[in-house]
Order: sequence, then C-alpha cells, then structure tokens
Amino acid sequence: MLENLDAVLLARIQFAFTVSFHFIFPAFSIGLASYLAVLEGLWLKTGRQVYLDLFKFWLKIFAIAFAMGVVSGIVMSYQFGTNWAVFSDKAGPVIGPLMAYEVLTAFFLEAGFLGVMLFGMNKVGKRLHFAATLMVAVGTFISAFWILSVNSWMQTPTGFVMGVNGQFLPGESWWDIVFNPSFPYRLVHTVIAAYLTTAFVVGAVGAWHLLKDKTNPHARTMFSMAMWMAAIVAPIQIFAGDMHGLNTLEHQPAKVMAMEGHYQSHPEGAPLILFGIPDSEAKTVRYAIEIPKASSLILKHDLDAPLAGLDTIPDDEEPPVGVVFWSFRVMVGIGFAMLGIGLWSLVARRRGTLYDWPLLHRAALVMGPSGFVAVIAGWITTEVGRQPWVVYGVLRTADAASPLDAPAVAASLLAFVVVYFAVFGVGTWYIVKLMSKTPEPGEKGVKRGDTGPIRTAGITPGPTQNPGDPDVLPTSTREAR
Amino acid sequence: MFDLTVIWAFIIAFAVFAYVVMDGFDLGIGILFPTFAVGQERDRAMNSIAPVWDGNETWLVLGGGGLFAAFPLAYAVVLPATYPLIIAMLLGLVFRGVAFEFRWRDPAHRAFWDAAFTGGSLVAAMAQGMTLGALLQGIEVVNRAYAGSWFDWLTPYTLLTGVGTVAGYALLGATWLVWKLDGPEQGHARRMAKRAAWATFALMGAVSLYNLALRPEYAERWLGTPELYYTWPVPIVTGALALMLLRALKAGEAAPFWLSLGLFLLGMAGLGATMWPNVVPPSLTIWDAAAPHKSQEFMLVGVAITLPLILAYTAWAYWVFRGKVGHEGYH
Repeated sequence: MLENLDAVLLARIQFAFTVSFHFIFPAFSIGLASYLAVLEGLWLKTGRQVYLDLFKFWLKIFAIAFAMGVVSGIVMSYQFGTNWAVFSDKAGPVIGPLMAYEVLTAFFLEAGFLGVMLFGMNKVGKRLHFAATLMVAVGTFISAFWILSVNSWMQTPTGFVMGVNGQFLPGESWWDIVFNPSFPYRLVHTVIAAYLTTAFVVGAVGAWHLLKDKTNPHARTMFSMAMWMAAIVAPIQIFAGDMHGLNTLEHQPAKVMAMEGHYQSHPEGAPLILFGIPDSEAKTVRYAIEIPKASSLILKHDLDAPLAGLDTIPDDEEPPVGVVFWSFRVMVGIGFAMLGIGLWSLVARRRGTLYDWPLLHRAALVMGPSGFVAVIAGWITTEVGRQPWVVYGVLRTADAASPLDAPAVAASLLAFVVVYFAVFGVGTWYIVKLMSKTPEPGEKGVKRGDTGPIRTAGITPGPTQNPGDPDVLPTSTREAR
Repeated sequence: MFDLTVIWAFIIAFAVFAYVVMDGFDLGIGILFPTFAVGQERDRAMNSIAPVWDGNETWLVLGGGGLFAAFPLAYAVVLPATYPLIIAMLLGLVFRGVAFEFRWRDPAHRAFWDAAFTGGSLVAAMAQGMTLGALLQGIEVVNRAYAGSWFDWLTPYTLLTGVGTVAGYALLGATWLVWKLDGPEQGHARRMAKRAAWATFALMGAVSLYNLALRPEYAERWLGTPELYYTWPVPIVTGALALMLLRALKAGEAAPFWLSLGLFLLGMAGLGATMWPNVVPPSLTIWDAAAPHKSQEFMLVGVAITLPLILAYTAWAYWVFRGKVGHEGYH
C-alpha cells in the first residue's frame, strides 16, 4: 500500500511539474498572439513602420515560445493516460469530448495558420496574412476556453450521472458540463492573467531599451502600450479575482478556508490574516498579523457574518493549508504590485515623464517575470486547494492513478525534469537574447538559414519567406510618440 | 441506424493515418538528416517542412485526444501498458520540435540541435512503431486496467515493427524531399528513397508474415476460408504499388511520395483488418471500450463541422508553400 502511495505522489509531482512548465508558454503566447494581432492591425491601419518593426521583433520571440508550448502541451495530452489511467477511464466520457473539441477548434487552427503567420507574409499578401495572425490569436483563446472548461469541471463537477461501471456519464445537457459553475470565473481570471503576464514582459523589454536609450521609438511604443495594459487591466483582474474567490467560497469552501488560513470557525466575523505561518498540527496560524472581521467583509460583505473554518471539514477531506495559504498570498501580492506599476505609469504619463523616469523603468524591468510567478502561484492555489480530490467531492486523487510501480514513475519524472530544464532553459535563454537586442527600423522577420531567405522556385522566382521585405512593404518611419 | 462506435473507430483510424503520413515525412527527414550535407542541403530539407510540421503533429493530439474521448478505456489501458515507449516518444518529440527553432537561433550549437533533431525523430518513430507492435501482439487487461508486467512491450516482434516504422518514415521523408528539392540535393534524396524503399518492402513483408504466426486468429483472418477470397488481392496490390514506386523513383517528382503514401494506406488498412473489431487485442472490442452514445454523438457534431474546415485550411497552408524549396541567392 505504501508503495502504491509513493507512485501516486510521484505521479502528482510529475503532473505538477510538467503542467507548470507547460503553462508558462501559453500564459505568454495567449497574450503575445493578441499583441501581435494588435500590432499588425495598427500597422495596416496607420502604415507606421514602428508597428511593423515591433511585430517582427515579437514574432521571432513568439515562434520560440509557441514551439515550446506545443511540445510541452503534447506531453500533457498523453499524461492523462500514462499516469492517470483510472481517471481517464472514469472521466473520459465527460471531459474527453471537451478536449477533442479543443484539438478540433483550437490546435488545428493555431497550427494550420502558424506557418503562414511566421513565413508567409509575402506569399499571401498583407490582408490574408493579418487574417492568419488573427486566426492564431483566436485559436489560443479557444484553446483556453476548452481546457479551462475541463479543469473547472474537475473543480465544480455538474451535469453528469454515475454509470454502473463507475464511469462519469454525460447527463441531460452538455451545456451543464461545459458551463459548470466555476468555469466563467476561471476563464476570465486566467485569460486576463495571460494578458497581464504578456504586458509585463513587453513592458520590461521596453523599459530595458528605454534605460539604454530613452529616445528609442520602438521602446517607447511598446512601453507605453504595456503600461496602458497594466493601468487598465490590473484593476479589472483584481476585481475578477475577487469574483472568482466568491464563487470558490460558494462551491469549494474548504479551498477558501485554506487560502484564508481559517482553521477555526468564526461565528461573529472572521479576521483577514495578512501573514503568518500556518501550523496544521496545532490547527492555528502562528505569528498571525490580522485585520479583525475583514475576511467576513471581503467574502460576505458584512463585518459580522459568520464564516466556517476547517474544523467543519473532516480531516481526510482537507487540502494542505500551508501551500495554498502561501501561494495565494504570492499571487495576490504580485497582483497589487502590478496595480502599483499601472498607477505609477499614469502619474508618469501625466507628468510627461513616462519615457524619462529610470526608477519606473527599473521597477517595470524587475516586474517583467512577475506574471509567470503569479499565474503559477494561482494555479497552485486552485489545484492544491482542490485536494484530496481530483474530481471535487466525487473522485479522490489517490484512487485515480495508473497501475504503475513507483520506480517507473520516478524514472520518467527524472527524465522530464532533466530534459525540461535543459531544453526549455536554453529556449528561454534564446528568447531573452532576442529581447535584449535593440529593435530597429527594418527589423528582420523569422530567420531561415544563413544562406539567404527562402523562396519558392516556381516559374518565376518567388518572394522571400521573410515577412516584411523592405522592398515590398512601406517604409514610412514617423517617430512613435 | 449507423453505429456511432464504428464511425468513431474510422475517425480515429483516419487521424492516426493522417498523423503517420504527415508527421511521418517530417520524422523521416529527421531520421535521414545526418546523410545531408551541412549547410544548404540541410537548410533546404528543414525549410521544406518548417511551415507545416506543427499542423502535422496536431494529428497526433487528435489521435490521442480522440481515443481518450471516444474509447476512454482503450486510452486508459494502452498508455500504461506502453508507458516507457510513450514517455520516450514524447521526449523525442520535444527535442525534434524545438530543434526547428533552436538551430537557427544558435549557429554555434547548430550541430548539437541537428543531432537533437535526428535523435528526437528516430526515438519518436521507433517508439511509435513499437507501440503499434505492442498493441498488435496483445495487451493483458483485467478489471478495466492493464494487468501485464513492465516489459511486455519489449519483444522481437515490437522491435521489428519499430524498425519497420523507421524505414517507412524514412521513405516518406525521402520521397517528400524528391518532390520539394531539385538539383544534386534531389538526386541525393532519390538515392536515399531507393534504399528506404527496399528496407520498407522487406520489413513490411516480415511484419506481415510475423503477424500470421503472432496469434491464431490473425492467421485465420487472412488465410481462413472464406476470408482468403477477399484477402488475396491485398499482397498483390501492395506488390504492384511497390513496383510502381521503384519505377517512379527514377525520374518522378511527386509520384514517389504519393505511391509511398499508398503503401502506408494499404499497410494500415491491413493492420486494421487484422485487429478488427478489437481496439486492444485480444480482449477489448471497440464496443467494450466505447464512450457512451451521448459523448460520441456530441463529438461527432464537432467533427462533422470542423474536420472539413481543418482539411480545407490545411490544404491551403500547403498550397501557400507549394513548389520547390528555394536555395541561396536572391538577395
């Protein structure tokens, strides 16, 4: 039995590791695909070179990030079967179709148009190329829609009946499964998170180049665009996160208790614990710094509203408190720091020093990777907070794993860890290298080979595969402001 | 009334076939990569698939995801049974996939990423072929779960199907390059295609004969009466295609690729007929493993709407990058 438990724990670590690594890439590429579509759209509308240059600058980065997202994503689509066979067999009839829809409506769309987006601008013309960019951007969103529906169903399962063979079977309506109670909140919160993550990466790259040369028009344009996103979207995200939290309180109260560190019930208003060290043995938060009754105010909009604690939950149905408590605070802390940068940029804009305030630029640079930390912390909060269930309240994680022995899972886990750190570490380094190069007028597109650009050798010499051949495209370079 | 389970079996088979031929030529190019000269020849070979490999690989996700959705029990049995093969395939595909981007980003380490491209392709192809073999030789299932041991997937038969798949992919890759290249590089592709073709014929024949000895019901399926009345044309048509392929390789442009594809179609149809109606031989039929009617129906709506669109825009993407891949100059 102990052997079996070890295999389950290893399988959980493997899933957590591979999905966390994977999600870094879509968190970036969902936002970046939209940003590229905006840049290309602005270029087509205004004809300003700076937008085209920025498009090509970020397209090269997108190509690498997308490739890493694809290869790490395929791992996920098979890991359900390799490591969670019982879960796959039982939940397949309900969530399998949603994932099939993701492949059919999103993956093919992204992959089918990606080639044209990367290499086809001069082959298909500007408008059709823009359409391809839009398709890729829309594809990333549709993908998020389906996979978040699946995850949300595991958090708040509805619309199913239990079959005699132990399978979850679809009930009356697919609508109840797809639009399960937590899905709309999780979708909004996650997609906004991807946009914010990208905005802070773009902002950091802009800030880096502004610190080197504050007159650089490309750096100015991207920094300004990113700071608008921070100022407008960060407050929306905090609001969306709050709504998501209220939804979780309704459907998964134990998770919120762990997030809040509420071991005990508070019949007359619960305190908001800002910091402290949860001690699950003693069932208390040590060294807690708390605001009396503030948790009831936030969660119930009433200072004196009673809030139940983990003392109302059977011990074997409690999530691990420490991890959830901390990861939640990391996410929220970064959210407010993002809001702070957004507000700061508004002040700078008003003072006319947006491009001339090195301290702001340094702060934006430091905040560059913060979105990734926040989204991973958020996912840790919601996934660990769902434990000990894989399908909340119905199927336990411990009962869902494949009949594998621990050494087999340990070996594959080790292989994933080594390969992911090596390969994706190198890829990330390539991305950072591209980011640190100063974007310039006449920026090159995605490079193919040292021997010169690629052409088709049809009857006439074909155009190159470099999007944005300066001979073909307008070169008006009015300075961006 | 149509049987949805049968329809889904054909949809999954189509996805697997689409994957095998489309990513097959990508992987085949990876397998043959070390035989190409460093520089222009390798760059052209890589560029011939750079715009389409990602779409090609998506069929693997449809095959796996479709199996999960339409035959969840088969998915839940086959993947643990072939665990090391699947993990190896996934890691191989990681190296193969990132090499497309990384080799251009880092000229100082291009040799390393070229090796990763080849190694990843080879491992993925071998693992896919061995998984197919492990499925055909039979998987032990007790109580809705894999009940075999750690190394059931490793037998002379699975090694044979693995090597056969590597040879077949190399044939697809080489004939694709015959189509997409010209000049001395095309000549090199032709020579490689010829070797791969002979290897493929030999291994296809060997696997076919081994199949007859593998399980008595397989021999019955092909040699029993009245089955023999329907099965005898299959090897004859296959042989005819093989002869046409050898002729076409002398001077044909696109024909060798399409004929190789025909060989794969026959091979896969043959394997499908051998297994039918099992999805996991010897004990799980497609009806045993099928998802409930409601799930199949919901997905079929999606397939009916999206699959024609997918095929259309995939064809368009190929059309955009049609013709021979260019080489140096012109700038």
